Amino acid sequence: MRLIAGIEEPDEGSVAFDGAPLDGVPPQSRGFGLMFQDLALFPHMDVFGNVAFGLRMQRMPRADVRQRVSELLALVNMAGYGRRRVDELSGGERQRVALARALAPAPRLLMLDEPLGALDRALRDSLQGQVRAILKEVGVTSIYVTHDRDEALAVADRLAFMDGGRIVQTGTPEEVFRAPADEFVARTIGLSNVLLGVVRSSGESVEVECDVGILSATATNERAFRPPDSVMLIVDEAGIKVRVAGALYSGAVNVLTGVVMDRTFRGGDYGLKLRVGDSELSASAGHGPDGAGVRPGDDVTVLIGPGAVRVIPLC
Amino acid sequence: MKGLRQSSPGRLLLLVPLGYLAVFFLYPLASILNRSLVVDGWIDLGAFRAILGDSYYLGRIWFTTWQAMVSTALAVALGLPAAYLFARYEFPGKSVLKALTTVPFVMPTIVVAMGFVALLGPAGIVNNLLTAVFGLDDPPVRVMNTLAIIFMAHAFYNYSIVVRMVSSLWASLDPRVEETAAVLGAGRWRRFYHVTLPLLLPAIASATLLAFMFSFTSFGVVLVLGGPQFATLEVEIYELSAKLFRLPLAGALAVVQLAFTYLFLLLYARLQQRTAVSVELRPRAMTARHRLRVRDRVFIGAMVVYLLLLLSPLAALLVRALTVDGGFSHAHVANLFSNEHGSYFYQSPIAIAWNSVRFALATVAVSLAVGTIVAYFLARSRRGASALDALLMLPLGVSAVTLGFGFIITMNRPPIDLRGSWLILVIAHSLVAYPFVVRSLLPVMRAMNPNLREVAAMLGASPTMAFLRVDLPIIAPALVVGATFAFAVSMGEFGASLLLVRPEFTTMPVAIFRYLGLPGEANLSSALAMSSLLMVVVAAGFVLIERFRYRGAGAF
Repeated sequence: MRLIAGIEEPDEGSVAFDGAPLDGVPPQSRGFGLMFQDLALFPHMDVFGNVAFGLRMQRMPRADVRQRVSELLALVNMAGYGRRRVDELSGGERQRVALARALAPAPRLLMLDEPLGALDRALRDSLQGQVRAILKEVGVTSIYVTHDRDEALAVADRLAFMDGGRIVQTGTPEEVFRAPADEFVARTIGLSNVLLGVVRSSGESVEVECDVGILSATATNERAFRPPDSVMLIVDEAGIKVRVAGALYSGAVNVLTGVVMDRTFRGGDYGLKLRVGDSELSASAGHGPDGAGVRPGDDVTVLIGPGAVRVIPLC
Repeated sequence: MKGLRQSSPGRLLLLVPLGYLAVFFLYPLASILNRSLVVDGWIDLGAFRAILGDSYYLGRIWFTTWQAMVSTALAVALGLPAAYLFARYEFPGKSVLKALTTVPFVMPTIVVAMGFVALLGPAGIVNNLLTAVFGLDDPPVRVMNTLAIIFMAHAFYNYSIVVRMVSSLWASLDPRVEETAAVLGAGRWRRFYHVTLPLLLPAIASATLLAFMFSFTSFGVVLVLGGPQFATLEVEIYELSAKLFRLPLAGALAVVQLAFTYLFLLLYARLQQRTAVSVELRPRAMTARHRLRVRDRVFIGAMVVYLLLLLSPLAALLVRALTVDGGFSHAHVANLFSNEHGSYFYQSPIAIAWNSVRFALATVAVSLAVGTIVAYFLARSRRGASALDALLMLPLGVSAVTLGFGFIITMNRPPIDLRGSWLILVIAHSLVAYPFVVRSLLPVMRAMNPNLREVAAMLGASPTMAFLRVDLPIIAPALVVGATFAFAVSMGEFGASLLLVRPEFTTMPVAIFRYLGLPGEANLSSALAMSSLLMVVVAAGFVLIERFRYRGAGAF
């Protein structure tokens, strides 16, 4: 973001916007907006002064500044707060002032660096929706950095995943969920039960050897696999059944044995943490005899429906 | 809770500094007031009328004020670029350079004055060089006894205050605030003008006030470099009290000066409070620029040269003290130790240095005791703190000559007769020094989490143990800083010492002044050597301070 904003110069490569290279263009001439995590409100100015700053820098006439600031304060639901001192504001109010300030000069591109990072959970949840609504209303192209997957899903049209300074995948939330590019993306987006393996055979079903043994998955038409492709398996929690060990499940596929590591009550059901081989799997169990019956430390049989296993190619 | 923490024995401790202040500070001050206001038991404004009705004294007041304004403006102009350098850049040798920049502020005024004599005086380095190179008969640079050299010396003395105070705030400013302004369309200069400058204003104003106050009450510099036609109020008080014995007039003038300085001090305290609240501070490491471009390197290089150049008077002093006719020689130092004329007044420089050192050590002990108690109470009390603060910091606003004058008229008869005692010097020095201890300790004590002590108690530590194992290690660096300040103040104290000192207790600054007052090359050479010695001793103290400096807010 600092590179895009022009605050720092790239060691190599260049930044272009809308086809035009921005090399050597100072930040003040780029027409971008930037909102830091700590907001960096000007402590020596009131709310009005903060929002008006960018407009004054454009030498906008006084009356127009006043007009535009009150529009923006109304937009972020802060109408009438113009004369408040910055340090009198609550966390959520400061965040909205910072957003109004960034939006005031009508930037070509708005960048938000974890804008809600410093706020508590409840406030963050309510502000995510507001931020998206405001950005949609203004219609400004925005880059929004966050570590929080719920926040990303709540705000973004498109997602870009950064790992070690590189973008590993971009796409709509649906695309990313359907086909995460790698384990990092899959885990970041909140998919549990991610396993890496190698295709052993494929036909009506795909057999993959991974940490927990050989799993078979229902083949789809989307893509054909051939041994020995490297793949990633994502196992849907709902497709995992957990039974007390002992009974025999002859003829069933994907029968594994494991140990219950932990059980948490989740309201509707129980969440189970299982250790199967060297991997950890998340599963759920209902209130019925099967769910309440398994306790941490129990040896269990784990049944994975082939339809619940998605096979994703790794390049 | 409050009752628990400040039990009555604890409060009784406050009586120590209060009693000390009452006897050794308020009583002499009241006596000055009494001398100038009361005649035969009646209030008589005659002395004040004499001053305010006399164009000579009005002229002195005006001169004192405007020379302080010019000196301060110069100091700010010299200091701001350096403040920017230290706030925003990391470069090798930064800490050394920063320590060097502090040196002028802690140098005794008499040493600074001697530095300028050594650099720009008739037999100074610049003149020697110019006469040698161009074969001139007379020294071409004649700045001695001019206003210019007073301004230079004051600016030299005070720019480091500006650097210290402004750079510490500047380094703590969140650079993202400036970056945001850049993204919002503000160019380099508008960013500085609309964002950085307003945020720095409290520190700049504080530094300006402090520099102004020091220039306003300047004594040694004006006395040595200025000559009689440039007497400031402080010099005038000295002349009236020590030489002309016109005590009511001196007293009235001291009261006028006191009124001015206390006004500045109040403003200063007000500003300090504002600095404390309004700015979000960031850890320094985060704020410094990391990648250096060519432009940055050029700037840093230029600033390093500039700062080293600013130190040239001190370097000149060392060079002059160690050379004769362009070659290295210890003749000046040897001269210091010889008494070839068999003068009755001759004192061995070792005895004089030993006087200074032992008075300084005693001053450190007294200042630490008084300062720690004061800081402890100021850090804990909330209501009424600023009134207490102002009272306890009052000595900072009283000029040294006034203090010495007050001692002369009060400590000369029972119940307190300290005329023949060296204690009178230690008491005077510690009054000047202990506010520095308080200022060093206060930020640390205020910042200390009170829960720490409670945690220690929960873990089974008695209050004494908690103090020894928790409080003391935390405040120890600040104590060292305060002690070093007190040491330097005492070593360099000139105004009060000049009035109070007995021949057998002559201190180094007084000795230097005496040498200067005597004619002849030998005495100038002794003054140079003694000044260098004093400079080295004080500088050594401040190498220590940089090592222990608490990484908190500024220490003033």
